[in-house]
Amino acid sequence: MHIHKYEKWWLVFGTGTLIVFLLIIGVSAFHAGTHPNNSKWTINYEKVNEIAPFDNPGVHKVEGKDWDYEVVLVASAFSYNPMEIEIPVGSTVRFIATTTDVVHGFEVAGTNINMMLEPGYVSEKITTVDKVGEYTVVCNEYCGTGHAMMYSTLKVVDSDDNSSH
Amino acid sequence: MTTAVTSKETVNKINSSNISFTKNNLSKVDKKDAKLSLAHIYVAFTALLLGGLAGLLQVFVRSGQFKLPFGIGYYQVLTVHGVLLGLILTTFFIMGFQFAAISRTAGAFSNTQRKLGWIGFWLMTIGTISAAVMVLLNEASVLYTFYAPLQAHWIFYLGLTLVVVGSWLECLAQAMRYAQWRRENKGQTSPLLTFMVVVNNLMWFVATLGVAAEVLFQLLPWSLGFVERIDVLLSRTLFWYFGHALVYFWLLPAYMIWYVVIPKVIGGKIFSDALSRLSFMLFLILSVPVGIHHQFTEPGIDGFWKFLQTVLTFFVVVPSLMTAFSMFATFELRGRELGGKGVLGWFKNLPWKDSRFLVPFIGMVAFIPGGAGGIVNASYQMNELIHNTIWVTGHFHLTVATAVVLTYFGAAYWLIPHLTGRKLTNKLNNYANVTGIMWAIGMFIMSGAMHIAGLLGAPRRSEFSTYGGSEQATEWISYQIAQAVGGTILFIAILLIIGVVVNLLWFAPKGEEEFPVGEVAEGAGKTPAILENFKVWGVILVALILIAYTIPIIDIIRNSPLGSVGYKFW
Amino acid sequence: MSNQKKSDDNLKGTLYATFGIGIVIIVVWALCFNLFIDRF
Repeated sequence: MHIHKYEKWWLVFGTGTLIVFLLIIGVSAFHAGTHPNNSKWTINYEKVNEIAPFDNPGVHKVEGKDWDYEVVLVASAFSYNPMEIEIPVGSTVRFIATTTDVVHGFEVAGTNINMMLEPGYVSEKITTVDKVGEYTVVCNEYCGTGHAMMYSTLKVVDSDDNSSH
Repeated sequence: MTTAVTSKETVNKINSSNISFTKNNLSKVDKKDAKLSLAHIYVAFTALLLGGLAGLLQVFVRSGQFKLPFGIGYYQVLTVHGVLLGLILTTFFIMGFQFAAISRTAGAFSNTQRKLGWIGFWLMTIGTISAAVMVLLNEASVLYTFYAPLQAHWIFYLGLTLVVVGSWLECLAQAMRYAQWRRENKGQTSPLLTFMVVVNNLMWFVATLGVAAEVLFQLLPWSLGFVERIDVLLSRTLFWYFGHALVYFWLLPAYMIWYVVIPKVIGGKIFSDALSRLSFMLFLILSVPVGIHHQFTEPGIDGFWKFLQTVLTFFVVVPSLMTAFSMFATFELRGRELGGKGVLGWFKNLPWKDSRFLVPFIGMVAFIPGGAGGIVNASYQMNELIHNTIWVTGHFHLTVATAVVLTYFGAAYWLIPHLTGRKLTNKLNNYANVTGIMWAIGMFIMSGAMHIAGLLGAPRRSEFSTYGGSEQATEWISYQIAQAVGGTILFIAILLIIGVVVNLLWFAPKGEEEFPVGEVAEGAGKTPAILENFKVWGVILVALILIAYTIPIIDIIRNSPLGSVGYKFW
Repeated sequence: MSNQKKSDDNLKGTLYATFGIGIVIIVVWALCFNLFIDRF
């Protein structure tokens, strides 16, 4: 089988590019920790509202952990609890979310917070919210007629002492 | 032209003259096979019309200016659109084209083989109708990706199972014709087009095992009430094991047309038989063990396995890189033969007014941004940028809904008259060109708007919503209006396509239209036999699947939470 | 010898075109990666 000289160049260039991409995302994921949601935490999805931390959804300031806030969120057809999340800019936040019924999405529009919520699993994402703004949280996985009515709001605010929420 | 001829090449020449001799005998699709092929074409283009109409309604609803009448649900229409265009148009066109392709290049089907094909066709058609009835009765608004624990009527699942089982019978008929050719022509390289069909079918068979397992062992018993609960993550994993190979099942027939038909249409040669076969074998082994790249943001699957499938997904780009080179090389060699000068001067010598070339060519161009976007989607954590946003919809409207379907349409414009004994007249050819250009314009607007809105966060598979008057959602709406404009242009293009197809089926003047099959460029090396050794490639395929999927699936089953009961939230 | 001929085919345009595709891919990917890094 004969391969034209230029085709060899092209395949080396193309494959080389792909390998460079893989190295960049590999290092970024496994060294810098930018993995997407890979949580292994399971839960009885029918009893979510009785099981901690989901018995108390909302924003919680925490001490002595690698993050400053925990946002506990419960999705069910067709709403999120809480409807509003307020976090001071620059805080590191652990988002913890699950569903009480079908599969839902948890996407904070315009950010990298984007994960699937599946019955029986808790999804997690840790990130530092470093830009002030009002972000719409949308359900991005089809869940039924009211799918597009499901939303919440993430407010990243300026003041530092707004943690009483 | 070469003067020195080695003994090896003599053999090669004899082989190729043999092949071209056979080809002369086989310049037409057998009449009975043509009927079988045409039956598929009817269903495919009916699906295009209805599915296209559903698409038009969707972009209207999403513009916020229009509400569906008669209590029809948005997600019902979305299910119609996805099932008819993603599954029915594609599968039926592919099978119709493949029957014709084999009959043309390997010879007419035997009566047994053809009967098998007809049984497959009717199973697929009955399956389509029963699934469609359930969707219309609003018993199955679960989208074609199923989305358990949303639970459709069992007839919906059964109907789609019949579509898959029917396609297996058709694949079997085609494989039998290939095996017969191999028996009758021992030691020879099989006709390229027939070989490609068999590779595509084998890939399809291996991929559909995943969805078959999901439907038979999970969805059907659960929707019939035999079992109460279902393992949702397992069902999704089985679906995507199939779901990504599905897109290659759509793509490979387009590649067949690019590799084999287009060179003949432009009057050139196939750049390399061996490299075409190699790229198909690479698709065979790499199309399946990559499905987890649809599940990057899902819980319950370890990052290591997600990343492993990222790597495999990147490898499956390589055969497309090879294809890009082959296409340009075929074009350049032909353009230079016609007197094209300079580095790119040959470009204008291509037959731009020939719809058999122009329409698929527009598809090829769309595959460049489509492929680039696909690499972004597959880049593991970068998937968070766009997962389930309308960017993804924009992406596959460039790949499957432009690159692939424009190639199908470009092929239909010669395949249908070839099968019906009519001519693609100049006038019809001009209309056909207009369909391609309108498609390009409509899709540029629609898909472009989808890509941008997706990066801004607009979710896919969602009805019109202002999300409580949020500022971000307001931003998305202007792009949704652009999508409606693009979608409308696309729908007009579909009407025009249907017009051309109807003419080619029943009204165009009688005559002979060629089924173009390219020949290999002179001096292209002999094809190594290893490229046709299905045992070797089959073993690699199975090994890769086992490596990529065994541990993730064991993990999913071992750590599975309480299963889910069914919900009907529509 | 025919192989020799193959390599002599003038495929400069193809070389430019394919590398052009490669550059499109790199630019799109780099822009998206940059966006990914930029967002929280």
